[in-house]
Amino acid sequence: MSARSDKVVTASFSPPAGVQRTGRDQRLGPGGSRQGDEGRACLSDAVQSPSSDPSGHLLPARGEKEESAYRAAAAVVDPEIPAVTIADLGILRGVEMDGDVAVARVTPTYTGCPAVLAIELAVETALREAGFEPRVERVISPAWTTDWITAEGREKLRAYGIAPPAKASNSIRALFGETEVACPRCGSLETARISEFGSTACKALYRCQSCHEPFDYFKCI
Amino acid sequence: MAAASSISRETLTAFLLRLADDHLVLGHRLSEWCGHAPMLEEDLAMPNMALDLIGQARSLYQYAGEVEGKGRDEDQLAYMRREREYVNCLMAERQNGDFAHTMLRQFYFAAFMQPLWQAMMTSTDERLAGIAAKAEKEVAYHIRHAGEWVVRLGDGTEESTRRMKAAVEALAPYVNELFESDEVSRAVAEAGIAPDPTTLRPAFDAIVGPVFAEAGLEWVETPYGQTGGRQGRHGEALGFLLAELQYMQRTYPGMTW
Repeated sequence: MSARSDKVVTASFSPPAGVQRTGRDQRLGPGGSRQGDEGRACLSDAVQSPSSDPSGHLLPARGEKEESAYRAAAAVVDPEIPAVTIADLGILRGVEMDGDVAVARVTPTYTGCPAVLAIELAVETALREAGFEPRVERVISPAWTTDWITAEGREKLRAYGIAPPAKASNSIRALFGETEVACPRCGSLETARISEFGSTACKALYRCQSCHEPFDYFKCI
Repeated sequence: MAAASSISRETLTAFLLRLADDHLVLGHRLSEWCGHAPMLEEDLAMPNMALDLIGQARSLYQYAGEVEGKGRDEDQLAYMRREREYVNCLMAERQNGDFAHTMLRQFYFAAFMQPLWQAMMTSTDERLAGIAAKAEKEVAYHIRHAGEWVVRLGDGTEESTRRMKAAVEALAPYVNELFESDEVSRAVAEAGIAPDPTTLRPAFDAIVGPVFAEAGLEWVETPYGQTGGRQGRHGEALGFLLAELQYMQRTYPGMTW
């Protein structure tokens, strides 16, 4: 089994501390914050600053070239949710220089995410435009989790009209499990799920009972 | 990788193709609902689940092609193998039937795969462990979605109950094949790559049991079981499915766009 695709590699790093499922549903009790998600313990935010990539913590210092390559790749936006960058979503796992080649590691959200190729191509283009010889590697391990979406990314999603994912929820394991989702427009917690699956694999469809607006919810995975 | 020393390429390829074929064939079946679902929400849900399955199939075919080492890529494995070379379980290829039949089939398959993916997350084969860690989270949604429909329809109206009971009857002969063991599955289990399917039955029952109880459904013991998919012996339905799936590459071999 030495043969391996040069595109699919298994990353050797461990996930950042604190991003594993906790197995607990962190619901707000009655009288919790109207903002819903604001009131939740935000695991990944505790271990990473909004502007840095999770894997960046493993590299104490980036060289100047590396830094500039990282910035170019990090600015690439998600083709299906152009309000957020791939760094915001935590799908850009790192950028390192391999000699003169800038190697960007990207992970898919869902295995079958049709945006993966578009994202990889956009990263390649961005690196080339920044003056680098690019190489994009797809990593699938450790598996992406919505907990890797940065605090800034969550806020951008909300501003764009998409409710950010509940943190480390285990409610997906329960039949008819209810996840408390705050309306991204008015903040009301009086929301109802219309459809488990939405316009993309990563979203579900909800409706706000207070302002009556339908909205997308970024599913917790 | 550790797995390489204890299992032949042929055996690992055979195992990977079984899994990949299950996912491609069932994913294709689900995608047939696109535009025909009983409601818009399900018209979104079923293609989304199909996308998960086909994405997982791609990961598995890519890996199978590399392990096999004969230069076949994912497209050749999916589009250029004949019916008798397909080794999916018979449940996956069954025609969709009505919505109750489709949801119950999806629920059964997800209840079979979830414990399997979960076990493979600690596989001695790193590549499979990586694929499993992603797929396990995805299939949890399938269990929830399909399981909720089994409850709604089973414990719904007279008509929906009748249809869900008919689905239980119709699918009963196809359940046992999922848990069959043979020399391939035993070799894979001995190498620590994936558990033998026979060991997954209690986990399957633990998922299905409570849902059936809530849905008011009785488990049907089948007097006979359908088998043969893992050896390439299929029902009539698969040939038609492959004819549609493979049409483009058969007509214009090597075509890309």
